[in-house]
Amino acid sequence: MDARKKKRKVLLMGKSGSGKSSMRSIIFSNYVAKDVRRLGATIDVEHSHVKFMGNLTLNLWDCGGQDAFMETYLASQRGNIFSDVAVLIYVFDIESREVDRDLDTYNAVIEALREFSPNAYVFCLVHKMDLIQAEHRQRIYEERSSLIRSRSEHFRVDTFGSSIWDQSLYKAWAGIVHKLIPNLTVIERFLSAFAKKIDAEEVILFERSTFLTVTSVSSEIGDLNPIYDRHERLSNIMKAFKHCAARNTLTTPASAGFVVMHTKTPQFNIFLGRFTDNTYIFLVVPPGEAAYNCAVLNTMLAREGFSKAAASGRSDGFPLPPPETPDDGASNGVNLGF
Amino acid sequence: MAFRHIRRSLSIELIKKNRMSKPYPYTRSDSSRSEAQLSLENILQGATPGAVSTHSRAILEPSVKPRDAKPRLLLMGLRRSGKSSIASVVFHKMPPNETLFLESTTRIQKDSIHSFMDFQVWDFPGQLEYLEPSFDLEDIFGSLGALVWVIDAQDDYLDSVARLNRTILTVQQYYPGINIEVFIHKVDALSEEYRQDAYQDIVQRITDELNDCGYENAPVHFYLTSIYDYSVFEAFSKVIQKLIPNLSTLENLITTLGNNCGFEKTYLFDVLSKIYIASDTRPVDMASYEMCSDYIDVIVDISELYSWDHPLRKAKGEQMQEAESHVVLHDDTMLHLMEMNKYLCLVSVIRNPEAREKKGLIDMNCRTFQEALNDVFSRSWEREEDQTT
Repeated sequence: MDARKKKRKVLLMGKSGSGKSSMRSIIFSNYVAKDVRRLGATIDVEHSHVKFMGNLTLNLWDCGGQDAFMETYLASQRGNIFSDVAVLIYVFDIESREVDRDLDTYNAVIEALREFSPNAYVFCLVHKMDLIQAEHRQRIYEERSSLIRSRSEHFRVDTFGSSIWDQSLYKAWAGIVHKLIPNLTVIERFLSAFAKKIDAEEVILFERSTFLTVTSVSSEIGDLNPIYDRHERLSNIMKAFKHCAARNTLTTPASAGFVVMHTKTPQFNIFLGRFTDNTYIFLVVPPGEAAYNCAVLNTMLAREGFSKAAASGRSDGFPLPPPETPDDGASNGVNLGF
Repeated sequence: MAFRHIRRSLSIELIKKNRMSKPYPYTRSDSSRSEAQLSLENILQGATPGAVSTHSRAILEPSVKPRDAKPRLLLMGLRRSGKSSIASVVFHKMPPNETLFLESTTRIQKDSIHSFMDFQVWDFPGQLEYLEPSFDLEDIFGSLGALVWVIDAQDDYLDSVARLNRTILTVQQYYPGINIEVFIHKVDALSEEYRQDAYQDIVQRITDELNDCGYENAPVHFYLTSIYDYSVFEAFSKVIQKLIPNLSTLENLITTLGNNCGFEKTYLFDVLSKIYIASDTRPVDMASYEMCSDYIDVIVDISELYSWDHPLRKAKGEQMQEAESHVVLHDDTMLHLMEMNKYLCLVSVIRNPEAREKKGLIDMNCRTFQEALNDVFSRSWEREEDQTT
C-alpha cells in the first residue's frame, strides 16, 4: 500500500549559498549551469511538485539556508518540516570555512529527522567540487564524507561529490531518484531479460524531462566498458542537445525532446527512443545492420507491455520469465516507511 | 516527386564540373604546379579587376613552389585583440572561458592544420612590426590565402583601423589579390545597437581611407565575431571557403542532393574544427547551423563513450564502414548526419514529412554524394603528377 501513495516529500537543506536551488533548477527546471547565477536567495521554504516518471510526484521542499530560517525549522516549524519525509538531501559546500559549524547544524537536522521520520533516506551532496583542484578532489571528498558519516546517527547516508559544471550532478541525482521509484525491481528484471533477448551490450532507461538515469543493465561485454561515468555523461550530453534544440526551434526546453535517434558506427549501434510516456530507452548493440533493426523492432513491441507494468507497479499481465526471487510481491515497492 | 534517385544526375554534374574545373589551357603544359594552387590563384584573381590580374600572376608565379604551397591564414591585429583565443577555440577545441589564461603571443605561432585540405594558420604577436624592412614580405605574404585582421570592438579601435589600412596598402602593392578578412571581435558584450554602430563605423573608416588612396573595391570583408557563440566559426567558415578549390562544384553537388532529397539545409562540416566548408545555396541561418554543429558534438561525445576496443566485442553482421545517424525532434524536424571521410561529415536539416519513410533513399543518395565528394577531393591531379614523374 505504501507504493501506491505516490507523493513523496523530499527535503532539500544545507547552508545558505551552498547551491541547493541551483541544482534543483538545473535538474528539474531546465536551467543551464551558467544561468543559475540569476537565482536569488531562497526565502523560507519553496515548495515545488516535480512529476517524475509520470505517476510519481516528488514534493520538493527547497529550504532556504540562512541561519534565521534554519532556527525556525528546528524550533517552531519542527513538526511541520520534518514529518513524513521520504528523503532528506543535505548539501555541503566544499569551500565552506566553518566545517564544524556546518556539521553541527547538520547534526541538529538529523536529530529532528530521527524524531519525526526515522525511516527517511539521507543523501549528502558535497557540492561545488569543481572548485577543488582535480588531483585533490578524491581525497578531500573522502575526508569530508567520513566526517559527515560520523555525525549521521543511525542513518545510513549516501554521499556524492557533485558540481553543476559537469556530469557529477546527474550521478548524484540519479542515485537519489533511483531510491524513490516504487516498482524498480520489476523494471530492472524486465530490462535485463529484454537486454538478453536482443543481445544488447547495454540498455539504459532515462527519465524523459530530466534525462536522469532511471536504471540500466549491461551484458558481460558491456560491463567491460572502461568509461564508468558514461550514464551521467549521456544525461549531460543529451540534455545539452535538448537545450540547443529548444533554443533553435523556438520552444521551451520543457517541451523540446526527441522522438527517436539512430546512430550507426563501425563499433556500435545506438537507438534512443520514447519508451513509456515518461522514459526514453537507450540501446547499445554491436554492429550489424540486421541485428540492429531487429533490436529496434523488438523494443517497439516491448513498449506496450512495459508501460502497463510501469503504470501499475505490479507484475500482473506483464510478460516476464518466472521471477528469480520467490518473495516477489514484497520487493515490488521500495518501502519508504510511511 | 521530391525523392528521385539522383545517381545519374550527380555523376553527370560531376563530369561537367571536372571538365569545367580546368579552365586554363596551360594546366597541361605546366605540370609542376598543382591544380589546387591554380584554383587558389583563380580565386585570388577573381577578386580583382582583369587589368590587375595579369600583373598579379606575374608576381605570384615565382613564389608558388610545388607541394609546399599550403594556403596560409594570417591572424593579425593589435595586441590583446583576441587572435590567439580565436585560433585556440576554433582549431584546438579550447573552451571559450579558458582562453582567459592564454599567455600573450611573443613570436609567430605557425600551426599546420591537416584536414580535408592542408593549410597553415599563422598567429602574429600584436606588437610585431612586420612592415619594417627587416622582415621579408615575400616570406610572410608569399603563399597567402587570407589575412584575418582582428579588431577588439570593446576597445578604442582607431589605432587598429589605421594600422590595418597601412597594412592593406602595403600588401596590396605587391600582392593585390589577397583576401582581407576583418573580424570585428568581442561583440558578445555589446548591445545590438552599439554593435551595428561599431560595424558601420569601422567599415566606413576603412573603405573611405582605401578609396582616398585610390584603392577602390578592395577585397575586404567584415564579420562580427565572438568566441562565446557560433559567430567565429561561421566567420571562419566563410574565410576558409574562399580558399577551397572546387568550392562551386561542391556547392552544386550539395544543392542537387538537397533538392532531390527535400533537405531544408545541408552543411558539409569539417568534424574537428566544426567549420563548414560548403553548404547548399540557400541562405545560412544561425539556428540550423547551431543545431547541426551541436549534433556533431552529440555523436562525437557518444562515440567516445562506446568506441572502446576489446577482443570480445564482435560485430554481428555486415554494416557500412562510415557512421550514420539521424534524430527526429519534437517538432518532427529530422537531423541527418553522415560521415563522408576521415575529416568531413554531411549534416542536413530535414523538415519534409515524407522523409521518415524514405530514409533508405536518403541514405542511398548521400552515399552517392559521398562517392562524388571523394572524387572531387581525391587529388587526382597529384596522382597524375606522380605517374608522369
